Amino acid sequence: MNEMDDVVNDFLVESNEGLDRLDRDLVRLEKDPHCRDTLSSVFRTIHTIKGTCGFLGFSRLEKVAHAGENLLSRLRDGELVLDPAVTTALLQTVDAVREMLAHVAAGGTDGEETYPLLIETLELLQRGGKSSEPLLNALTDIPAAPFPATHHSTAPSHTAGANHTESSPAHRMASAARAPAADDSQRTSGPAQPADSTIRVDVGLLDSLMNMVGELVLARNQILQFTSTQDDSTFLATCQRLNLITTELQEGVMKTRMQPIGNVWGKFPRVVRDLAHSCGKQVRIEMEGKETELDKTIIEAIKDPLTHIVRNAIDHGIETPAERIAAGKAPEGVLRLRAFHEGGQVNIEIADDGAGLKADRIKAKALERGLVTVDQVAKMSERDLVQLVFQPGFSTAAAVTNISGRGVGMDVVRTNIERIGGVVDLTSFQGRGSTLRIKIPLTLAIIPALVVTCGRGRYAIPQVSLLELVRLEGEQIQKRVENIRGAPVYRLRGRLLPLVKLHEQLKVAPSSDGEAMNIVILQADGRQFGLVVDAINDTEEIVVKPLGKHMKGIPAFAGATIMGDGKVALILDVLGLARSARVVTERGERALEQSAETEVHVDDQKRTLLLVQAGTRGRMAIPLSDVARLEELPQDSIEWTGSKQVVQYRGKIMPLVWLSEEVGRPRLETEPDAPLQVVVYADAEQPMGIVVDRILDIVHERIEMQGGGRSSGLIGRAVVQGKVTDLLDVAEIVSRNSALVGQN
Amino acid sequence: MNTHQQYCTFQLADLYLGIEVERVQEVLRFQEMTAVPLAAHVVEGLISLRGQIVTAIDLRRRLDLPERESGRDPMNVVIRTPEGAVSLLVDEIGDVVDVDEDRFEGPPPTMPAEVEQLIRGVIKFDDRLMLVLDAERAIQPAV
Repeated sequence: MNEMDDVVNDFLVESNEGLDRLDRDLVRLEKDPHCRDTLSSVFRTIHTIKGTCGFLGFSRLEKVAHAGENLLSRLRDGELVLDPAVTTALLQTVDAVREMLAHVAAGGTDGEETYPLLIETLELLQRGGKSSEPLLNALTDIPAAPFPATHHSTAPSHTAGANHTESSPAHRMASAARAPAADDSQRTSGPAQPADSTIRVDVGLLDSLMNMVGELVLARNQILQFTSTQDDSTFLATCQRLNLITTELQEGVMKTRMQPIGNVWGKFPRVVRDLAHSCGKQVRIEMEGKETELDKTIIEAIKDPLTHIVRNAIDHGIETPAERIAAGKAPEGVLRLRAFHEGGQVNIEIADDGAGLKADRIKAKALERGLVTVDQVAKMSERDLVQLVFQPGFSTAAAVTNISGRGVGMDVVRTNIERIGGVVDLTSFQGRGSTLRIKIPLTLAIIPALVVTCGRGRYAIPQVSLLELVRLEGEQIQKRVENIRGAPVYRLRGRLLPLVKLHEQLKVAPSSDGEAMNIVILQADGRQFGLVVDAINDTEEIVVKPLGKHMKGIPAFAGATIMGDGKVALILDVLGLARSARVVTERGERALEQSAETEVHVDDQKRTLLLVQAGTRGRMAIPLSDVARLEELPQDSIEWTGSKQVVQYRGKIMPLVWLSEEVGRPRLETEPDAPLQVVVYADAEQPMGIVVDRILDIVHERIEMQGGGRSSGLIGRAVVQGKVTDLLDVAEIVSRNSALVGQN
Repeated sequence: MNTHQQYCTFQLADLYLGIEVERVQEVLRFQEMTAVPLAAHVVEGLISLRGQIVTAIDLRRRLDLPERESGRDPMNVVIRTPEGAVSLLVDEIGDVVDVDEDRFEGPPPTMPAEVEQLIRGVIKFDDRLMLVLDAERAIQPAV
């Protein structure tokens, strides 16, 4: 019922605006009957009114509008020319519609009056009939349109001038037509019309208002900071008032930009119906919290991701009726949308009671797409597996349908949501459905932030990402912070929390003396990490301002803001920091690795390495991704071509290189007839055998590269299994040698 | 007959430079700056200009000149750009001069390359030369 009222109210507001425009347009049309733009605008307005009232069941209103529309369509098609009689009839239509709308506003129905004469006139005109008897009847018979005879004689005197003959009847008719309108407004001025209580405002104006409020908030912050040094009570009281008013103004202006999420959801029932139909599924959509309000910019930003998620849920999530019955569920699937406010954020949940995500299919798909390695998959928890669907290029749909599965999928959804400071989380219960949770901030313009110090600078951390603060003092630091191969971790309630030192990330000198350690525990991409800062200052409402183009490429910063003391502070981009500190892996990196096999990546958190020995005490690691096969070849299989040693390998001639020679170490003494240990590196066209002295092990470890830049054939060194190990640049060695092979 | 152009002039190390006056939004004395870690070398910091955040670029570094002596505060020449204001840090701000266009000449080919690409030309005064800075290029992030 309530919902219906809303629809009717919207209809009234829109229609009344439309009618006002109609009045103007019609008068303009009379001056310039051939203006097509105006004509189409008039037609559209009447058409919209007709359409909506047909839908709402106002049949009398619909009839009048319909007659008007018919006449207009002939005008629009150029079959009729607008003359004063037609204009009058159309203006009468406008009045009749207005009158009926007033009825609707007052009583919910379109009244008793059916306007037979007006309709008849409109029909007659439409058939091309001259504006004769019925028109005059209509003019005099419409109850609210008394047509005083004296008007005839007085009107022409007002319109002296060149177009005397043309304009005077028009004026007459127009003024006659306006009279009832005036009457109407008097009659209905009792209860406030919905049209009067709302106005339309340009979004640009609201944006600039929001900006100014942002400035005001900054100015307020500056004044408040100044008050701490003052003790004049009048001044302090005034500041207090200023503070309150600013806060209220800020809230008020924010509210003007708020829209209920129902505006986006409104189209979903239709989307769901159509989609379910084409997939041969039965889906019911349930919505809860439609009235939850969000900033307009955020509504815009989540529109597409939400649609995508809904489509996905139907396409992939919910099963066909037959499958559902077989699984003991009702044939009709349920898609549940839920929105609510919590902790200054908006939560949106999209839940389906479908099959849920199939872990084995995700595994298979991720492996097939090369997003993960077998080793990685084996170690993944169910939750981590589910997160794989957010990887670029991932799609579980067996076939590419026209609905989803075009490669741009959940990764785009996640990117879009994260761009507005939101978080996406997916949980799935096999056989029972999956739930996608989105958390987004209410607004983007003014955000609460924690201000921290690092080195000589102050930085703002958006509070959305903040979980808690920890301060360690004295020997606690030694006790609670441990190092795993150079990576500091902190035991937070029994769980290991990776620590990231902000000064290391920003490459600035720390200002703290090491007596205490301040840890800001943050969440990014569903992972927690501790950011070690020099000092924690305060929380403050900050206005986010963009950074200039010189700083665009720095992932650690999301923007800048002006602090209470008038100075600029940088806003940290928590996700960007987490990525550059490798707390979360950059998505897409692995996909990239796949396409460029020869690239050696050292940025991954964990890597699988082949450990080999080359020369005395030479311990080296080769990324397993660079290794095609390990072979043992008899000594006597070596043949010579030119100055190079080669073997016949799988129908090809494979050149051999001795790793110890490549890195300049003496070859290990081995028995003369011991087989050669060969690491086969497979390039697209040319295999190459790297002869090592011994294969030691295969390890899967987190590698901390340590200083000592590249030297010939080496990327660097790291501690692997507690021993210093050189990391081999296979691509470099191969290219160096394949150049020689090419010459031969 | 002759056209005139006004230049906002300033001193940078031993160079006397000018920018077309219509490109300049304002000139300011030293402003406190917030350093931006990880930013390009030429970015000295951010200043707050009536609620706007303005990037300050050290013109000495941009032109590969020796660093400013410590203790000497730079001044700001704020340039208008479509993406908001950018400040160029200079040593000393001079007068606005009105110059006859026929005193203008293209840059001499012997100028160091990193200076030449930012210089549009030279104005020949009777007693000295003024280099006309290409403000557009000077505020481009170095490639």
